[in-house]
Amino acid sequence: MRGLLGAALVLIMAALPVTAASLEEGPYGPAPTQSRQRLAPCLACHGEKGQSEQPEVPSLGAQPTFYVMVQLYMFRERLRTVEIMNTMTQGLTDDDLRSMADVIAQLPPPHPVEAPGDPARLERARTLIQQNRCNFCHNPDFSGAQQVPRLAGQREDYLVKALREYKNNTRRGYDPAMAEVLYAISDEQLLDLAYFLARFQ
Amino acid sequence: MPIIQPQPTAVPGRPDIPNAEVATQLRGVPPPPFPMPEDKLPIPQLKLPKGFKIEVYASGIANARSLRLGDKGTVFVSNRQLDKVYAIVDRHGKREVKVISSGLDRPNGLAFHNGTLYIAEGAQISKLEKIEDNLDNPPKPVVIYSDFLNHQSHGWKFMGLGPDNKLYVNVGSPCNICEPPETNGQIRRISLDGSSADVVARGVRNSVGFDWHPVTKELYFTDNGRDWLSEDLPEDELNRVTKIGQHFGFPYCHQGTFADRELGWGRSCTEFEKPVALLGPHSAALGMRFYTGTMFPPEYRNAIFIARHGSWNRTKKIGGDIVVAKLNKDGSVKSWEPFLTGFLQNNEYIGRPVDVQVMKDGSLLVSDDHAGAVYRVTYASNKVAKR
Repeated sequence: MRGLLGAALVLIMAALPVTAASLEEGPYGPAPTQSRQRLAPCLACHGEKGQSEQPEVPSLGAQPTFYVMVQLYMFRERLRTVEIMNTMTQGLTDDDLRSMADVIAQLPPPHPVEAPGDPARLERARTLIQQNRCNFCHNPDFSGAQQVPRLAGQREDYLVKALREYKNNTRRGYDPAMAEVLYAISDEQLLDLAYFLARFQ
Repeated sequence: MPIIQPQPTAVPGRPDIPNAEVATQLRGVPPPPFPMPEDKLPIPQLKLPKGFKIEVYASGIANARSLRLGDKGTVFVSNRQLDKVYAIVDRHGKREVKVISSGLDRPNGLAFHNGTLYIAEGAQISKLEKIEDNLDNPPKPVVIYSDFLNHQSHGWKFMGLGPDNKLYVNVGSPCNICEPPETNGQIRRISLDGSSADVVARGVRNSVGFDWHPVTKELYFTDNGRDWLSEDLPEDELNRVTKIGQHFGFPYCHQGTFADRELGWGRSCTEFEKPVALLGPHSAALGMRFYTGTMFPPEYRNAIFIARHGSWNRTKKIGGDIVVAKLNKDGSVKSWEPFLTGFLQNNEYIGRPVDVQVMKDGSLLVSDDHAGAVYRVTYASNKVAKR
């Protein structure tokens, strides 16, 4: 492991040991050993099977490669400010970002919330999605593409956090598409959107 | 620097929603964060009229956006997606690219005056004095003006130095289509010390390029039309300001010919200034300069070169080229036609032109934020162009 990782990260790793070997067993094919080792501390929080168990930490499984690479880049360049991510990505080369994104994109997709949802909330979300064309960029199955993230099965608390940050201008997008869409969406509405997407099968 | 508060706006949607098969062809086209290696740049695919040729001027400039020329020949290049301003230094034909400022917020706009480089970020304008003498040890930018709302949508700025030695800057509409706040949807001019400002043009959705006629000194500017209306409407505009404070129609009237289907009720296009040219639907007409050089043939003198970044909100992409608009004596547009093409291949971009800059020798620089490069177009009458 690289010496540049901070003490906090070492502690996280100690608490949640993920070894290179456990990644190797994943169903999504082998990745270069070096990338797997480097990703171990990332997946300690984000979930080694693509599904995060940590509050407000996104699941990364089946995210589009380009989206992951761009976010890693924005963290490294401090275009997006999340202290732990800014620290984690310091010193990574462009090729590191590319190869890490390749491996992350191959993690299996996260499982949506299984419990049946409130039909009224789900219906309100469907209407919002149609009005705001969410499915145009994120795909009809919300699998994402290119710079646009996968939303299906994402953690509800993370979706709320991300939407609020885009809306109040504290999270910068690579392009302003989300700020543009959220301009006319209320906090109550974005809660419905997150509720729906976390349950999307 | 207050944050823009959400306000009621037209919710797009309803009858104009295309079917699911074409919908995903309408998403934005992101530039790669990494520049293309020089040997992968799309030079072999690019096409120009006979006698012109194009070469790489500088490569390795991620997200290369606006161009400005310093008094001593330095070419400054800005970023929009990223956070840097670059200087390209030509020392005896060997070019070097330096980062002169970083950690900036969408520093798209650049202007140069009397040795000082002015940088327009998302919500402020700053300056770097005597920059060409200090390229290896550039000073930190000093803020001169910050009376802007801070917003992501159309929050980046284009900037230029007017014939009155004032900084002209676009203050974009913070939305695709909405009634913008009073402070937005305009081109503003600001004194060089930032102490005073007034509005030059209103009803502007988002201008990312303007320049002044070399003879009449009138301001011409490009304006990007709204999205999500249809494949073919509205077209982007080329406008001319003949009187300070004129209104160019947004959000009520598009392309000078039709009222917006939501915000245009009760309004008429006759209330507003009409464009002098329509530049294609969603084509993203951005940077433009009058050609003041002498290297190109005489018919290009005082014509306007306009970079069309290329559409995203259209299934069959258009633009991704440099066009040239030739003017009549009265300042109206006689005609416009493609000049540099080939960035769009099989409905995909292999490069996307953003801005142009006329050099002292009359050659024309072109920036490309997709490939991360600056190209140079030259003309030689006695040679047949290679491409």
